[in-house]
Amino acid sequence: MIRRGRGVDRAGLVAVWAAAVLVTASFVAICCGLFAHGWSGLSLKFLSEAPSDAGRSGGILPILASTGLLLLTCLAITVPVGLGTAIFLTEVVPCGHRGGRLVRRSLELLAGAPSIVFGLFGCALFCNLLGLGFSIMSGALTLACMILPFFVKAAEEGLRAVSPELRLAAAGLGLSRQKALAFVVLPAASYALCGGLVLAVARALAETAALIFTSGYVDRMPRSVFDSGRAVSVHIYDLAMNIPGGDKNASSTALVLLFGVCLLNVAFRKLTMRMMGAK
Amino acid sequence: MSRSTSSDQLGRGLTALTGVSAALCALVVSAVILTVVSGAWPALKELGPKRFLFDTGWHPADGLYGMAPIIVGSLAVVSGAILIATPFGILSALFLNFYAPRIVGNLYRSALELLGGIPSVVFGLWGMTTVVPLLRRIHSPGSGLLAGSLVLSLMIIPTFASLADAAVRAVPSSLYASSLALGLRRWHALWTVVLPSARSGLAAALVLQTGRAVGETMVVLMVCGNIPLLPKGLFDPIRTLTANVALEMPYALGIHRSALFVSGLVVLMLVVGLMVLVERVRTEE
Amino acid sequence: MRCRVGLVSYGAVLAALLFSSCSRSSASSTMTLTITGSSTIAPLALEIAKRFEVSHPGTRVEVQSGGTSRGVSDVRQGLAQIGMVSRALKADETDLLPVLIARDGVAMIAHSTNPVSALSKDQVVSIYKGETRTWDKAGGPARPITVVNKAEGRSTLEIFLHYFGMAAKDVKAQVIVGENEQAIKTVIGNPDAIAYVSIGTAEFEKQHGAPIKLIAVDGVVPSTAAVADSKYPIARQLNLVTRGNTNDLTKTFLAYANSNDVADLVESQHFVRPTR
Repeated sequence: MIRRGRGVDRAGLVAVWAAAVLVTASFVAICCGLFAHGWSGLSLKFLSEAPSDAGRSGGILPILASTGLLLLTCLAITVPVGLGTAIFLTEVVPCGHRGGRLVRRSLELLAGAPSIVFGLFGCALFCNLLGLGFSIMSGALTLACMILPFFVKAAEEGLRAVSPELRLAAAGLGLSRQKALAFVVLPAASYALCGGLVLAVARALAETAALIFTSGYVDRMPRSVFDSGRAVSVHIYDLAMNIPGGDKNASSTALVLLFGVCLLNVAFRKLTMRMMGAK
Repeated sequence: MSRSTSSDQLGRGLTALTGVSAALCALVVSAVILTVVSGAWPALKELGPKRFLFDTGWHPADGLYGMAPIIVGSLAVVSGAILIATPFGILSALFLNFYAPRIVGNLYRSALELLGGIPSVVFGLWGMTTVVPLLRRIHSPGSGLLAGSLVLSLMIIPTFASLADAAVRAVPSSLYASSLALGLRRWHALWTVVLPSARSGLAAALVLQTGRAVGETMVVLMVCGNIPLLPKGLFDPIRTLTANVALEMPYALGIHRSALFVSGLVVLMLVVGLMVLVERVRTEE
Repeated sequence: MRCRVGLVSYGAVLAALLFSSCSRSSASSTMTLTITGSSTIAPLALEIAKRFEVSHPGTRVEVQSGGTSRGVSDVRQGLAQIGMVSRALKADETDLLPVLIARDGVAMIAHSTNPVSALSKDQVVSIYKGETRTWDKAGGPARPITVVNKAEGRSTLEIFLHYFGMAAKDVKAQVIVGENEQAIKTVIGNPDAIAYVSIGTAEFEKQHGAPIKLIAVDGVVPSTAAVADSKYPIARQLNLVTRGNTNDLTKTFLAYANSNDVADLVESQHFVRPTR
């Protein structure tokens, strides 16, 4: 019995390490491919110039600006709505409440809608019906709809994971539910919340099809959120699949995106550590 | 549950605000469904739903709109991706929480986060230029169901692993500690105590990722071959509903365009079906 | 305290975003032209638009993609002034006026390691119909042919089928692609593949070291020069379409797009100028 247990235990050990190694190896393979094609194209010029010759030469500054604006606007919408919904699902409604279940099911459905459907929906609702036209605002609103399920799910899990002892202690100290939520529960869940945010941002940055139809193709520096602007993923797609000779700059742009995600992760992690440490 | 005493409610303002947020979520879904249904309506009215299932093949130029092989293609590649991603995701979560030394665990977490930040078009390109030629050595042309499942699973593993990580971490550490104290070995403790306790979080993560796999467009467009025929083997080319829309929408007019909206509608129906299935499995346990 | 800091910074971000939009009202005094449609023409239109804005200050030309059918429907609905259509107009599109700005030829391509460099029309038909399945029947090695076809609705497919006298459902392919570059990348990764793409794209890729070759069909060697001389049989039109009663800005832009000022742009995107 003990010998069999040891065999299974060892197999489990091998399995988890093998899984981690295989996934990391694939990640390294993708990165190597990107570096091999795109490293030579990276330079300060690349980050500070506008694209020329349909993107084959020049840089990606307006694209980075558009993407930054897109993300900021999208998060400005997603965070309050997502947090509000997560609080609604965990603090306001009891388990099994019909309204709560409806909201949860709706979010799961939203997570499964294909990105091209979001593109058509965003175009019909934000561009045409609300009259925003091709603009970063349309793109941000569409993106917010797309990443809401991921953020709400992570926020909900985070809020639920806060130990009941903390809540009881807060109540015992005489804090109102509201104050307890703001000063005890949310900070305790902040790691999960930030993790959810990182997930949501990563998902948003990766989106292509929806943005082609909403924030558009224009590779100029946007004057405001109501201008059309090309996002990084759309630029990569266009260079790789539509422009002959665009592969090198596509890889370089993808590398810039990867570095950006890297920086974002580091920033979020430092922020969470400060939030958790300052408690 | 999370509510301590029933008389201790959140402030009325806050309750209203959060209620509005939640209502917005439900509204967005209705709006998306409305857009898809109104786009699909002309084709459904003129052709009738039966044509979409029983026409011999998808050839809009010749007036044939048989979607059955495409639906099977979607289901096949998603099943393949989930079959691969689930063990990898759960094993990753266990690795991060119970097996990895601190630094290795942090490195792996960073790798997962970065992997999750890579756009689907980069995954698709990598699949097209690296995975497909590799598979070609086993069976020409290499693009098809297996290639699609492999690359798609790689796309959903990072998010699934993160959510699984959160779910496993939410299990009280006392459970794991006490099972070890009872003499269980590590793997046995994880498999019989920790994982079952994290079941609901894991199931929720799985549903979310399956939904995402069903909705993925770029990757399947580039590595699955896009032939709308029933797959008979792992190396047969397939077309998914999402790739169908992405491939033909830019050039489709009239009934063809509306038929593509029907493709989108079927995707949504598949996701709903998925959710119903999971609900049934959950209530049976 | 932390809560307040968070709320203040959130408010600041929102204010910054909304304030930046105030500049829009001053900018709307410039004249704007919206062009949507085919992703094939979009890069060319984008470059022409940039040059146009420089030579005609005070104008703003926005180019969006989304496909030929989007260009047609946007022009019809008035959402765009010009549509990019990468084919000749169809019989039921008599309400639109086309302006030809370039031509684009279609060539068969294969991997450079494939010994086959010429095929007859019948051979191509039999390969694409699935009757010839291995390269040895066409003078190559005994390997299975990977037939690459284009998705339905694309003008390249329609021209190809028309020239070779096939119907869409006759084609038995192993891979279907969307854009030209996808076809090229498929052939680069697969020495047994055969595909058809835009000549300009193929020539460019070959010049830059891609392991592909252009295949002569019935003795006709594909090249952009042959398309320019109108000697090449398989070619498609690249059009800018409007609905008729266009404003001055649109007229000026259309004239500019057709002028010699942008001849080098057409060539740099690997299309062929229409002969005058």
